[in-house]
Parts: sequence; C-alpha cells; structure tokens
Amino acid sequence: MSSPGHNVAHQFDDAVQQRDASTLGMWVFLVTEVMMFGGLFATYVLYRSAYPEAFAAASHHLNAQLGAMNTLVLLGSSLTMALAVRSAQHGARFGTVAGLLSTIALGSVFLGVKAYEYAHKFEEKLVPGPYFVFDGPEGTHAELFFSLYFAMTGLHALHMVIGVGVLGTLAVMAARGRFSVAYHNPIEIGGLYWHFVDIVWIYLFPLLYLLGRH
Amino acid sequence: MDDARPAQRKLVNAMEPGASRTNYLNADYGLKSWLLTRDHKRIAILYLISITLMFLLGSFFAVLIRLELLTPHGDLVQGDTYNKLFTMHGIVMVFFFLVPSIPAVFGNFLLPLMIGARDLAFPRLNLLSWYVYVVGAAFTLWAVITGGVDTGWTFYTPYSTTASHTNVLTTAIGIFITGFSSILTGLNFIVTIHQMRAPGLTWFRLPLFVWAHYATSLIMILGTPVIAITIFLVGIERAFQLGIFDPALGGDPILFQHLFWFYSHPAVYIMILPSMGVVSEIITCFARKRIFGYEFIAVSSLAIALFGFLVWGHHMFTSTQSVYAALIFSVLSFAVAIPSAVKVFNWTATLYRGSISFEAPMLFALGFIGLFTIGGLTGLFLAALGLDVHVHDTYFVVAHFHYIMVGGALMGYLGAVHFWWPKMTGRMYSEWAARVSAVLVFVGFNLTFFPQFVLGYLGMPRRYHVYPDEFQVLNVMSTTGASILGVGYLVPLCYLIWSLWRGPIASANPWRAAGLEWKVASPPPTENFAQTPIVTEEAYSYPVREAEVV
Amino acid sequence: MSHAVNPHSTPLATLIMVFLALVALTGLTVGVAYIDLGAWSTPVALLIATVKALLVVVIFMELRFGQPLTWLAAVTGVLFMALLIGLTMADVISRGWLGVPGR
Repeated sequence: MSSPGHNVAHQFDDAVQQRDASTLGMWVFLVTEVMMFGGLFATYVLYRSAYPEAFAAASHHLNAQLGAMNTLVLLGSSLTMALAVRSAQHGARFGTVAGLLSTIALGSVFLGVKAYEYAHKFEEKLVPGPYFVFDGPEGTHAELFFSLYFAMTGLHALHMVIGVGVLGTLAVMAARGRFSVAYHNPIEIGGLYWHFVDIVWIYLFPLLYLLGRH
Repeated sequence: MDDARPAQRKLVNAMEPGASRTNYLNADYGLKSWLLTRDHKRIAILYLISITLMFLLGSFFAVLIRLELLTPHGDLVQGDTYNKLFTMHGIVMVFFFLVPSIPAVFGNFLLPLMIGARDLAFPRLNLLSWYVYVVGAAFTLWAVITGGVDTGWTFYTPYSTTASHTNVLTTAIGIFITGFSSILTGLNFIVTIHQMRAPGLTWFRLPLFVWAHYATSLIMILGTPVIAITIFLVGIERAFQLGIFDPALGGDPILFQHLFWFYSHPAVYIMILPSMGVVSEIITCFARKRIFGYEFIAVSSLAIALFGFLVWGHHMFTSTQSVYAALIFSVLSFAVAIPSAVKVFNWTATLYRGSISFEAPMLFALGFIGLFTIGGLTGLFLAALGLDVHVHDTYFVVAHFHYIMVGGALMGYLGAVHFWWPKMTGRMYSEWAARVSAVLVFVGFNLTFFPQFVLGYLGMPRRYHVYPDEFQVLNVMSTTGASILGVGYLVPLCYLIWSLWRGPIASANPWRAAGLEWKVASPPPTENFAQTPIVTEEAYSYPVREAEVV
Repeated sequence: MSHAVNPHSTPLATLIMVFLALVALTGLTVGVAYIDLGAWSTPVALLIATVKALLVVVIFMELRFGQPLTWLAAVTGVLFMALLIGLTMADVISRGWLGVPGR
C-alpha cells in the first residue's frame, strides 16, 4: 500500500520492505567496494613491507599539510551529509537541500585540491610511466609507490565524482519536494555511499602521506 | 499425460488447465518491450540468448584446439595462434558462459517464483546487469576479431603486462566490465532472498536451488571486485608501462597470482554451486522423494562458499609461494571437498528407495553426480602438494576442471534447461530426442576427457600445440569424443527451438514437481502470482498431488 | 503510516561531537607521524584510522540503529579484505623460512 507523496515499487509489498531492501542493497554494494579497494590495499601492504625506505622517501614528496587539510574538508563533508540525512528524516526540506549542497561544495573543494596535487606531481615528474624521474637510490620502488598513489587516490577521486553526481541528483529531487518524513530513504543510502568514500580516505591519508615523517 | 499430445493449436488459444492466454512472453510485443523490460523472466530469456551465442563462440575455439591436437605436429595452426585459441576458449567459456549461465538465466527466472515474489528486489539493476554483460562481451569480441589474446585465461604477469603483443588491454576491459554484471546479479539475489520471501517461507523451507544461489551470490559480491581491480591494475600497467607486477621494475608477479586466484578459485564455486542447486531440484522430483538431509545440503552450500575463499594458493604450488603457505592451502583444499561430498552422499541417499524415472532432466542430473564425483576426487589429487608438482600444468589439470565444469556445471545447466523448459516456454520438447542427446553428451564427454587424465599423468603438458608421438592415440580418442560431444550439444538446439513452434503445450506442472514455480501457469503471467502465496509446508513435500494453478 | 519512518535519528549534538572527535583524531595522527615510534608507527596510525572509521560507520552511517544483518554485512566485508591481505602476506612473510632456494 502506498501513502500519498511517495511510491512503492510494484515488486515490494510495502514501503517498509522497500526501504529495508534498498538499505541492505546499499550495504551489500559497499561490501563490494571494500573488496575492490581491498585489492589495492593488499598491493600496498605487500610493497610497503618489501620497500619501506623507498616508500618513506617517496611519501615525502606528498604535501602532508595539504593532505591533512583535505582530510578535514572530507570529514566536514561527512558532517554535512549526516546533517542532510537528519534533516531528511525530520522532513525539513531546506536543511536537506542545504546539507546536500554543502556536501557537494566540500567534496568539490577536495577534488580541486587533488587536481592541484596531481598537476604538481606532473610538474615534478613524479607521474609513473616513461617520464618518471626520482632523485634517490630507490627509483623503481618509489615509482611503485607513486603507481599506488595515483591508482588508489584516483579510484577514490572517481568515486567522489560519482558521489557528487548522485548527491546533486538527490539535491534536485529534494528541492522539488520529493522527500518527506515518510519517504527519504534515497538520501540515507546516498549518505551511506558518501561516508564510505570518506572512510577510504581516512585510511589512504596516513598510509600515503604520513610515511617516514620523523 | 496431456503433454504427449502433438501441438495442434497455437499457445494463445490453449484452454487446458495450466495454460494461460496472457503470459510474460505475449504480454507485450516489439523489440523495445524486450530491450527495456524490467520483468525478470524476460531478462532471463535475454541472457539465455546471449550466453548461448557466447557458448557457441567458445566451442568454436575448442573445435580448433581439438583438431590441432589430432596430430603431434603443429600442422593446423601455428604456436602463436594456438596460444590465442586456448586463451579465448577459456576466457569466453569462463567469464561469458559458465559464470553467468545458471544464475543469470535460471536464477533470474526462477528465484522470484520460488519465493513467491512478483520480481527481484531491483528489476532495473537486473536489466542493467544484462546490458553490462553485453557491453563487456562486445569489448571481448572486438579483441577476438582484431587479433585475439594469447596470455592464457589466467593473464599471468609479466607476460600479459609487458611481453604479449596481443589485445590484452581490450580483453581486460571486457572482463572488467562483465564482472559488474556478476556483482549486480549477486547483489540483487542476496537482497531478494533476505527481504522478499513469501509469508511462511522460512529459510529452511526454501528450495535448495535458492540456497545454492544465495551462496553463489555471496561469492560473486565478495570475489568479483578483487578480479576487477586486479584486471584494472594489469590494464594500467600495460597502458602506462608501470611496474606493479613487472619484476624488472620491482614488481611481484606472484602478487598478481594471489590477487587473480583470490577471485578465480571461488569463481569455480560460482560455476558449480548453481548446478548443484539444480541437481537437488531434479533428483528429488524424479525420485519422487523428499531430499535426504535438507539442512546439510543447505548449509554445505554456505560452507563451500566460505571454504572456497581459503584455498586459492593451491593454484600456485609450483610458483615461488612459500612452502608454509602452500601447506596451509593444501590442508584447506582437502577440507573444501567435504561439503561437496556431503551433497553427493545426500543425493545418493535421496535416490535410495526412491521411485526413479529417467526423463531427460534426470539423465543430466545423474550424469552430473557421477562426473562431478570423478572431477572432485581428482581435485583431491591436485590438492596433495607432492602429486600436484608432478601434474601441474599438464592435461591432468585440464581433465580435472573439465570434469567439473563440463561434466558437472554444464550438465547441470542442460538439466535445468530441460527441467524448466516447459515452465519458461509453455512447450514440451521431444523426450526421446532429449534422452538421446543426454547419452551422447555423457559418452562423448567421457571419451573426450578421460584420456586426458592419462595424458597428464604421462606428462603431456597443457597449452602446447605439439606433443610427443606416443601421445597421439589418446589425443585422437579425445578429439573423437569431442566430436560426439559436439553433436550432443547441437541436437538440443534443434529440438528445443523446434518445440517453440511445434512442441506440445505444457501444463503448469508437467513433471508433478514440488515448488512454487510449478503452481503458476506455463509460461507464467508477468506478475507471477495473482495473490502472494502463503507457505505452510516444508520443501519437497513429495508426492505432489495434482497442482492447482494459483 | 509512521511505521515507514526510520524511528531512529541521530541528535544534532552527537553529530557535531563526532565531527570534532574526527578532527581531533586527524590532528593526532598527523602529530604522531612526526614522532619516532619505530615499529609502532604503523599500528598506531592504523589504530587511529580505525577509530575514525568506526565513528563514521557506527554514528554517521547509523549502523548502531541497524539490524543484525547489516552488522553482518559490514563485518563480512572487513573480514574478507583482511583474509585477502592476511593470507597473501602469510606467503610473502614466510618465503625463505625453509632455506631452500625459490621456496
């Protein structure tokens, strides 16, 4: 049975089943994401244990202050996302839209900083491939570090871009009054995705930026 | 039985009990209604067509391989071409036929019916999964047409990332994309089974087919992402000359193998578990007896899924993997055989003192039990470290996995096709033709692959297009068997397609089988059930009275 | 009608406090990185990251209101990733223990 103002898809018996199924579906999807990033983390663990000095030396070339600032930006975006979810749960349209837009804004700042960092790496000739140059004894292993740096932060950034798109869509829907106290699950599961992307960065930051700093 | 009558009338005019005027096939017409469908049953048919085409492609490569191996010399194709043949045979058969086969066709079609639901939890994701599959297949086909790949389906580095001059990148992209089809299917199944069972349908009342697909879905979502990221790394290494797996640049090729096999071993359980679910359904129906040890079979599916993730290193016994890791993997590989054995014992006990009849689905299911047992036992040979060192990379391994994949999984798939064909199409096929093809498949299969056990033990390596003269007799036997096997696969194509036009109309329950899917018309209406059924019985409550159409 | 609503909602104060904790922990992890802890650097960094992750998962992602099945899903994901890394590293670490070349 559907209440006025939101739809229950035909395959579901009621709104509760639809909500529970959607939420479980997002969590299962996040499990697949954990495994996908897990392969990269496994690669990282193996090579860092094999070449600790090279990894420490390479990590020095990353700007830890910028990385830390970006971490705070992303954590802030998780706060605004949680606030958006909370507003949605209370049926507060303005709070929902404001929260989503703030999250998008902070996420965009993060991506902008990453773009700047990537451009800087390009100038420093630290992009792996035929033009890679590393002044230090462990050039090939440092290149391995940067391969992982670009692969891991690149995949993370791709997820953020997708996340911004998803949140933008949700913001438009929220602004049009599609959500209510009775129906707001898409915001919640959008939030789950965004928080997951934040968690990945919570691990990436110390593992990539803070090696060998003492 | 009314199904024996020749078809004299068109489906839409059939007025017999069990036939419906409007069903999912004729509910809407036109290409758009199929390509934009959200009906799980139509999506299953879309998959059926796609994977059949890919199966034919994979078989084409197999034909060339067996023809080349008729003679000891490399006289049909050159070595480089032969490398491409076995590579593409493996890739197409594994990723584009076996992995999707039963889940994408029969899982999609039957799961909602078996649990009393109107559709899967996410019908649009379901359709998306088919499109993702098609796009992935298109990339791979493009790679095949424009020169092929020669790395082996296992893509070992650094050959695949550095030395190979074939279409590795395109193929890698194709497999990467198709992996997401698997992930979406698995996700859909898990949520559906958890959230959308009919009232009264507790976990231990579910058909074992559902348990099998649940376990398969767990593997799909936990394993496939790892091969996705691994293929991704291979792709960027190749495209940008990075050094992730290349030892010349400090990379570890064994890391690739760990990452690859972390998925690819559980993948073999993705390929076999659904067949086991099919066999449970068929055996119990044609023995007219409740399955023996229901809970054990159900839980053993989960056990296989879990243990399957702990054994991948047994593919790496002859790599530079450490002996201690090899020991752990060897012991665990012995353990993973136990839940499979439990199933075989329970199926056998179900047959004991059953009222057995030998319709075509039953022939395929019985064939599965015998051939899977042989394949599984030879797996234990391979799990033993010392023996594996002797037969690794020989035809012993090739025979082992073909016994499981072809003698097991493919037989299960054919059994499923024959068992649920009347449900899906509303038509019966020619029973005698089906039995003939089952026998052809069984005989042809054994003649093809049993000699390969001997060849492998005698030392014939795999992936070589030439071999010593003394191995020719066994190879000729194998190719002869393959010819018979090929006929055995082509015959069903003929009589099944024929049945669509001229087959007798099928009733709702031509096999007098238990299960919710047999309570709806053949073919089912789009919405499956007019009213959500309420389940009060255990599964497999045989004998089944004349079924009522719900 | 109201049973369609998730009855749980996180209070505003909780969300802000969690955020502040996350910020503090970020500062901590940066600060600790500049101290020589020897072999303990990595475990400490991972521990701090895990505490942050747990705060996000349990509070922001509202896992604390979640059904047991949701907890199972979350734990399973982490467990299998640990399995991948753990067994792979078991091989890497134990290479050479036997003293036989190539093993």
